Amino acid sequence: MKYVPDATGDRHFADDLTVDRDDVDGLLSELDEYAVEQALQISENTGDDVEITALTIGPENAKDALRKALSMGADKAVHVEDDDLHGTDAIGTSLVLAKAIEKAGYDLVVSGMASTDGTMGVVPALVAERLGVPQVTLLSEVSVEDGTVKGRRDGDTATEYLEAQLPAIVSVTDQSGEARYPSFKGIMAAKKKPVISWDLSDLDIDAKEIGLEQAHTSVESAAQRPARATGTVVKDEGEGGKQLAEFLASQKFI
Amino acid sequence: MSQDFDLYRPSEEHNMLRDAIRSLAEAKIAPYAAAIDEEARFPQEALDALVANDLHAVHVPEEYGGAGADALATVIVIEEVARVCVSSSLIPAVNKLGSLPVILSGSEELKKKYMTPLAQGEGMFSYCLSEPDAGSDAAGMKTKAVRDGEDWILDGVKRWITNAGVSDYYTVMAVTDPTKRSKGISAFVVEKSDEGVSFGAPEKKLGIKGSPTREVYLDNVRIPADRMIGKEGTGFATAMQTLDHTRITIAAQALGVAQGALDYAKGYVQERKQFGKPIADFQGIQFMLADMAMKISAARALTYQAAAASERGDKDLTFQGAAAKCFASDVAMEVTTDAVQLLGGYGYTRDYPVERMMRDAKITQIYEGTNQVQRIVMARNLP
Repeated sequence: MKYVPDATGDRHFADDLTVDRDDVDGLLSELDEYAVEQALQISENTGDDVEITALTIGPENAKDALRKALSMGADKAVHVEDDDLHGTDAIGTSLVLAKAIEKAGYDLVVSGMASTDGTMGVVPALVAERLGVPQVTLLSEVSVEDGTVKGRRDGDTATEYLEAQLPAIVSVTDQSGEARYPSFKGIMAAKKKPVISWDLSDLDIDAKEIGLEQAHTSVESAAQRPARATGTVVKDEGEGGKQLAEFLASQKFI
Repeated sequence: MSQDFDLYRPSEEHNMLRDAIRSLAEAKIAPYAAAIDEEARFPQEALDALVANDLHAVHVPEEYGGAGADALATVIVIEEVARVCVSSSLIPAVNKLGSLPVILSGSEELKKKYMTPLAQGEGMFSYCLSEPDAGSDAAGMKTKAVRDGEDWILDGVKRWITNAGVSDYYTVMAVTDPTKRSKGISAFVVEKSDEGVSFGAPEKKLGIKGSPTREVYLDNVRIPADRMIGKEGTGFATAMQTLDHTRITIAAQALGVAQGALDYAKGYVQERKQFGKPIADFQGIQFMLADMAMKISAARALTYQAAAASERGDKDLTFQGAAAKCFASDVAMEVTTDAVQLLGGYGYTRDYPVERMMRDAKITQIYEGTNQVQRIVMARNLP
């Protein structure tokens, strides 16, 4: 799960064109709340011997995201934090996650469909490749039975029913079921749950493999989106269709 | 500077609770607030959402299946619900008011019997002290309870009873010895299903229209003696002791509605343009917002301080509770009135929420003791 800048806050870039995380409050990515919820439901439906570990990579404040997951009902949390992680891209992130998941031990990894800030949606697939386990992504329904994870993926033209042997990775969509709110009891209980901190050396990762320098893309410049201009009104006086098409063509929409 | 200096701020858990209840309130309670007011109907959506998330009566101790929230956590829950809908905030607030006499003075059996269903969301609690001719002078009540073998028979009329008809359980104060005035009053738990219990028509109110306020008629209601809360003659003391704690929940409502009004007005003044710029650019507007925020901040400090005193049972709780209730509710009235002013003509219409907030704020200056009574209480208990 990912700790993301609050989208309602005033977000800025730092000098190296990464998001200035000190400048804005963060929170657990809303799309990852669905992953926590599905993990909790799988646990509730499967039995007592399930342990849910919330895992995130991020700065010190990212612990807030873990605490949220713990207060919702996760059993323990792992926080990977290291100054050398700064600027790591999705591919580097998948390496760190894969190592941390292996170290923590797992049967099933549940993730959100994408982060609410980067919105790439590729990390679950990348991690599955690195771990060499099946990936069943973008599920709107998920369940586990006898060592098999089953799910439903709703596409534009078809609904697919998928299954895979554990261990496996799934990602769940915002259609998978509303995430619960932490209860007072859950919040108080979260205080007593363990949060384990690992750095890169704990995961046997060389700092040269990750970080801003190793990112496969680099940001050359960043600028604020220009203020929205007044819209163009097309009034139909016989030529409306043509005018509309011309406008769309001029904007390269058609 | 030290980030670890933990005075004068709620704990991390309290802040997490606020985040949780705020998201819940904005998603599940706020969307219905206008309709609940307009239709003067019970906020069932809010009750369902609060029960589903175990937030309808957070004060109930864990040994009775409750969340075991401290007084500050309870204040935060009520504050955040009131921020979007004061009517709905009466659910956790009155559940505490109605049940606190049992928690403070009731027998273990009584606590088990009634706190458990309250915690489970199976029944709400109301508090029956006032009568048509006994408001500020509560000890002048006429409802009487007469012993008859193993039972008590209650007879009288209680007025201004919040959530009457919806609640399953009622804490009722009644005269058991008319010669002793306040020391001749006892407290009982009456159930909605007891024979002889009925309710008047809902009052037509200025605000908190979603919270039903009705008379409760007790027509020779026969209840077993073990429904008495505490000893005979201690009912008035229990009732007053309860108010010491629950006046702080009224402060919480006041704080919430004031914050809700400020938050709305703060957004509006940035959108609304006059003379070619947002009205937030005018210093006259800025001064109003600054005053509103300043008053809310002071009210919050006083309220949280009182909540901490309530949790610890500080000696000066009576003063603290009255001061918080009185100050926060006066602030709520001022801030919501200013919010209407900031929205101008729009604020005066029901298309915007601030006029509702202004109407809802008024009750916090009146119930659980008028602010004039609060000043009497404070003066008698000066620190």
